[in-house]
Amino acid sequence: MAATFQVLGAATGLFFSGSFDPQRLHLPSIRSVSERRTGFLVVRSDGHIVSSWNFPARRTQQFITSSIATKANEAASATTSKPGHELLLFEALREGLEEEMERDPCVCVMGEDVGHYGGSYKVTKGLAEKYGDLRVLDTPIAENSFTGMGIGAAMTGLRPVVEGMNMGFLLLAFNQISNNCGMLHYTSGGQFKIPIVIRGPGGVGRQLGAEHSQRLESYFQSIPGIQMVACSTPYNAKGLMKAAIRSENPVILFEHVLLYNLKERIPDEEYVLSLEEAEMVRPGEHVTILTYSRMRYHVMQAAKTLVNKGYDPEVIDIRSLKPFDLYTIGSSVKKTHRVLIVEECMRTGGIGASLTAAITENFHDHLDAPIMCLSSQDVPTPYAGTLENWTVVQPAQIVTAVEQLCQ
Amino acid sequence: MATAFSSINVVQHARCDNFSVASRKPSSAFLGSTYSIRLSPSASRSASVSAAVNRKASSVSAVSEVVKEKKQKSVSSGSNLLITKEEGLEVYEDVVLGRVFEDMCAQMYYRGKMFGFVHLYNGQEAVSTGFIKLLKKEDCVVSTYRDHVHALSKGVPAREVMSELFGKTTGCCRGQGGSMHMFSKEHNLIGGFAFIGEGIPIATGAAFTSKYRREVLKEADCDHVTVAFFGDGTCNNGQFYECLNMAALWKLPIVFVVENNLWAIGMSHLRSTSDPEIWKKGPAFGMPGVHVDGMDVLKVREVAKEAIGRARRGEGPTLVECETYRFRGHSLADPDELRDPDEKARYAARDPIAALKKYMFENNLVKEAELKAIDKKIDELVEDAVEFADESPQPSRSQLLENVFADPKGFGIGPDGRYRCEDPKFTEGTAHV
Repeated sequence: MAATFQVLGAATGLFFSGSFDPQRLHLPSIRSVSERRTGFLVVRSDGHIVSSWNFPARRTQQFITSSIATKANEAASATTSKPGHELLLFEALREGLEEEMERDPCVCVMGEDVGHYGGSYKVTKGLAEKYGDLRVLDTPIAENSFTGMGIGAAMTGLRPVVEGMNMGFLLLAFNQISNNCGMLHYTSGGQFKIPIVIRGPGGVGRQLGAEHSQRLESYFQSIPGIQMVACSTPYNAKGLMKAAIRSENPVILFEHVLLYNLKERIPDEEYVLSLEEAEMVRPGEHVTILTYSRMRYHVMQAAKTLVNKGYDPEVIDIRSLKPFDLYTIGSSVKKTHRVLIVEECMRTGGIGASLTAAITENFHDHLDAPIMCLSSQDVPTPYAGTLENWTVVQPAQIVTAVEQLCQ
Repeated sequence: MATAFSSINVVQHARCDNFSVASRKPSSAFLGSTYSIRLSPSASRSASVSAAVNRKASSVSAVSEVVKEKKQKSVSSGSNLLITKEEGLEVYEDVVLGRVFEDMCAQMYYRGKMFGFVHLYNGQEAVSTGFIKLLKKEDCVVSTYRDHVHALSKGVPAREVMSELFGKTTGCCRGQGGSMHMFSKEHNLIGGFAFIGEGIPIATGAAFTSKYRREVLKEADCDHVTVAFFGDGTCNNGQFYECLNMAALWKLPIVFVVENNLWAIGMSHLRSTSDPEIWKKGPAFGMPGVHVDGMDVLKVREVAKEAIGRARRGEGPTLVECETYRFRGHSLADPDELRDPDEKARYAARDPIAALKKYMFENNLVKEAELKAIDKKIDELVEDAVEFADESPQPSRSQLLENVFADPKGFGIGPDGRYRCEDPKFTEGTAHV
């Protein structure tokens, strides 16, 4: 069940293999290079596509990036005059987690390989050395039981963060998540609260095979009593991690395997985001595109094409998968009257299906066209790269869908 | 790499000596009740460890024998009593409360005051009383769906338990849990679980918190123990083994108590388990496994003292298998046709209440009148509980959405921009979620 894979190996997955030509990239010049490095594409949250070289976490030198859109001076260094600090998404998660552990001694981490190994995606790297083996607990491979143990610890006063090495492994913990995590606050008449955070990477990666490419948000969404959020940028990853830990409710935080190496500049000051709010990524007038997690980047890439074609899409990253932020979504629908949902979840019973129902129920009068929902195919994710690409939504499909919707 | 949890590799092999099977049936007799069982530790890592283990193991071993001896001695010589008078009265009151309460539940069920699945504990009172009466208020208890008596032993008032069964708002869980989900934060009863095995990880978590508080939060006096009760059927479930592993690995302060009543609804323990001696599974994970006569509250109490003491001292978990029996069916809906009437008669003759009474009379601990007074007191208590539950109100509609989330912001933001929980329909319970 637990496949061991190198962090960097998984991170070399390119985001857009079919629709993107790497030859057209400006490759950066690097000030100084040491150690081995891996090249990959980084998409910034404002939609610019950037290439950069990634060093292992202990790099000390700044490195240079260039943006295709702005054709920045390649010799320009990463400046220190801009506020905030730059980091990768997994580092942002770690920063958020560490700040919360510093703030509250009851916050602890449990999971496979979170301690000495530093986490299979390095989200908990260094924490065990700092906080000890009990606070950052390496568990045996027993998801159902250690998730239940986390729930029991939460009921008796701790605030555990349970990591599923891959979200798919949490299928083994479904008993505890459904029966105990969601229900016990209610069943006990409000006596016990369960401030647990269950997090881990999910989604379709780079040829990881069917079982490691699952999207569990569709399975968990019906469980009463839990909240689900999905992060997509370093900024919202840190903010949502902190919010989830501080929340008194059980929260499932969905991360994506391919987004861990996104780079962004985030504020130095402490900030906590709201678990229930959606994020306006790009305001627009013609169509509302609702998305979350990795598909946000496919949408933003499609948005560039759409803008060139004269459309003005409004892109919202819903972030809160359960409950939906009906205000942000509704305000957008009332403005544009057309909705496209782009998600990586499966077509049947996915988040998109629920969202379609919620929008139809609440905002039917404001729609000029039926809601379109682009989801992954109901296919166990194949290993072959070409087949895998055809199971998830690609930017070209998004462009076509918007054109169809706006006829 | 030095971790804080390098488990002491203690392998305790237990051998069954004295296979004197007092069975009336051929091969299908359950192994256990008439055996004396010894734990003899085999080679362990270091001499000091093995010495400590030897001491501990021998004190844990052969409890049934030791207790039997003590009992025989005490009958003749009047010394070495297992229990003082005060303790005896406390224990007696608790077992009688359990019995009378459960009998009243059956009555109320057939009168239509409670519904659903109700699982009664008649016959098993010795296990609940034997363990829970040794616990402090801060110690945690985790149970299964057969949890009424665990709740009562832990200190949840009979009124609250009965109200919960009637589904009234004055119940310990506001009527939202029911028979199978008894919870009490005040008395540290953390469930009440409907699926077997799913409470064991919860118990492991509670024990983890206790250890965490001692070692990370530096609350030096935190020695809270968790006792997890579950049945023989659960011992074939993965969660049981996963938790035995984790508890032994991290030396969590927990006691795993198997209430082996030989039947999982209609499935005999012998038909479902390759090795029916459950206590043996403890040493496989590095913890002592003890078998005790679960129909005798004093024997259970002796074992419990040792196991709870171990956990409190930080020596780790213990697996205790109590051989017991339920006099009624699995639940009130179970016609109970499969069990052999002879078997039932044999165990009825070992009724824990009768055995306790006999012991106390033979050792001149109490007089008849004192026990009768307790009987009367309990009868009145249970009658009062029924009256209270009858007169209590049903939950109102406003209760429907109140406890779904600890932080009701979890219902999200509505189309009007406000959090949905601010909508008055939420406090009224008429909103749709």
